[in-house]
Amino acid sequence: MKDGSKLSKKDVEHVAELARLELSEAEISQFTTELSSVLDMADSLNNVDTSKLEETAHVTGLSNVTRKDKKEKQLTNKEALANAPVKDGRFFRVPKVL
Amino acid sequence: MSTLAKLTVVEASNLLQKGEVKAVDLVKDCLVNIKKNKDLNAFITVAEKEALAAAKASDKRRADKKELSNIDGIPYAIKDSFCTKNVLTTAGSKILDDFVPPYDAEVVAKLNKAGAIMLGKTILDQFGHGSSTENCHFGPAKNPYDVQRVPGGSSGGSAVAVAADLCIFAIGEDTGGSIRQPASFTNITGLKVTYGRVSRYGSIAYASSLDTVGPMTKTVADAAIILEHIAGVDAKDATSGKTKVDKYSQEILKANKDITIGLPKEMFAKGVEPEVKEVVLAAVEKLKKEGFNFKDISVPVLEHSLACYYIIAWAEASSNLARYDGIHYGHSSLKQNEKAHTLYEVYAKSRAAGFSTETKRRIMLGTYVLSAGYFDAYYKKALKVRTAIVNGFNKAFENVDVILAPVSPILPFKFGAKSDPLSMYLADILTTPINPAGVPSLALPAGFVKKDNIDLPVGMQIIGSQFSESKIMNLGYFWQSIDETHKIKPKL
Repeated sequence: MKDGSKLSKKDVEHVAELARLELSEAEISQFTTELSSVLDMADSLNNVDTSKLEETAHVTGLSNVTRKDKKEKQLTNKEALANAPVKDGRFFRVPKVL
Repeated sequence: MSTLAKLTVVEASNLLQKGEVKAVDLVKDCLVNIKKNKDLNAFITVAEKEALAAAKASDKRRADKKELSNIDGIPYAIKDSFCTKNVLTTAGSKILDDFVPPYDAEVVAKLNKAGAIMLGKTILDQFGHGSSTENCHFGPAKNPYDVQRVPGGSSGGSAVAVAADLCIFAIGEDTGGSIRQPASFTNITGLKVTYGRVSRYGSIAYASSLDTVGPMTKTVADAAIILEHIAGVDAKDATSGKTKVDKYSQEILKANKDITIGLPKEMFAKGVEPEVKEVVLAAVEKLKKEGFNFKDISVPVLEHSLACYYIIAWAEASSNLARYDGIHYGHSSLKQNEKAHTLYEVYAKSRAAGFSTETKRRIMLGTYVLSAGYFDAYYKKALKVRTAIVNGFNKAFENVDVILAPVSPILPFKFGAKSDPLSMYLADILTTPINPAGVPSLALPAGFVKKDNIDLPVGMQIIGSQFSESKIMNLGYFWQSIDETHKIKPKL
């Protein structure tokens, strides 16, 4: 990991864009200092020798859980759209993409 | 003064079955307490009408001599991170402040099918992001032992509801301590189950490989009964465990002193307040006198589990929260002015307005540790340390049957005392090692400490190997048969 302050203002702006978050100038400056200091805590991991270890993403040993490929109870169109901010008939309405 | 709401699940169940109490009276009594203690701010939504209707239906089932479960007619509160059909479900956030789910979470469906009565949805740090409930769009819940102090989090509202007798039992969710730490701060019992023991279907995700659903109760006996109802494999949650569900309420009765209890030195180390340590070690002495064997152990990797936990939790949170896009449901900039924004702006503006600073912080950290250039150094490294934690627990359980430790290194703290994010994260140092290993842990009232002339609760946790809920609750049940701390109630 890099030494010193981990994130520049530019880094924070880049991450915010990846995360689809419109941050205010105040938030960008707050996060630039704060996130670096929080990430310093993560450096504690460098004290663990992991050279012989595999990664663990799941802990109870399950793999390839499948079920029958058959239709079960599903939401109606009305239920699926009930919480939509803006809808158009049977569809979610979104701004023009292309 | 109401008395029915004080009942435990076991007591309420007996009285209902004997016909000495009606479900309607139980529900009404809880509703009276909820209103009387409105200032504790335990609830976001109280489903008064629905609960009374369900209680009447339960009483009718009983009058009709139908075969009923042992929790039929018993009212419960549930953290507002579980979907409840046709009842507002906010996850404590602004981005979901008007979300009404079209379906029930599996835990809700199971409890309702057994006849239990959903009273309402409780306060939480939004999306589980916090250890105090201060990160809730609807204000924090207050600790009933000292309203100047936090009740713990994130399942703080459920803890307050149980501690202050606003319900008979509650359901919480534990990703890094969110059931155990508020249980410890409010002198109640809280069970963090083995990963996959209870279905997560319909539980609004924080970090999917760490999230667990469990009971928050007045006694271990109650936790055992509730777990029997909610545990088990679920086709809708592919990570739910196929391991047989024990008859927990029977298993806990088989007193077994022939076990060895491990005390990991890393969980009694610096950072644990002396008063907290003292209370937990006094409990150890009490158990020693009963004939239990104790063994000092060391699991060095535990010192680094906080960082491992947080990196994984941030990463999974940033991914899970990507679904809040301002298009399908929740707060949206489209509502204000549909024409003004591009698709990117709809995402970025809706999310900016809908998430709190702490949630944005976790999304930013998670996005960063998953981004190109940092993925190996942070995320992959954390997954390898996770393996070391799993191995550390496995090795420990070769030598001891269960592990005992404090739940929180500190006493319930005052509102605003942990305003710097890192100090709030450090409050989780003894609860976060458990979730990456997927093992179960039972939080129990251990004693009280006087601070500023107020008695504050201290909890301890009993940790077991995966799917050993019977074993840890067996010891917890025994503890509550020789110790009265769990019977102490806040003065309200």
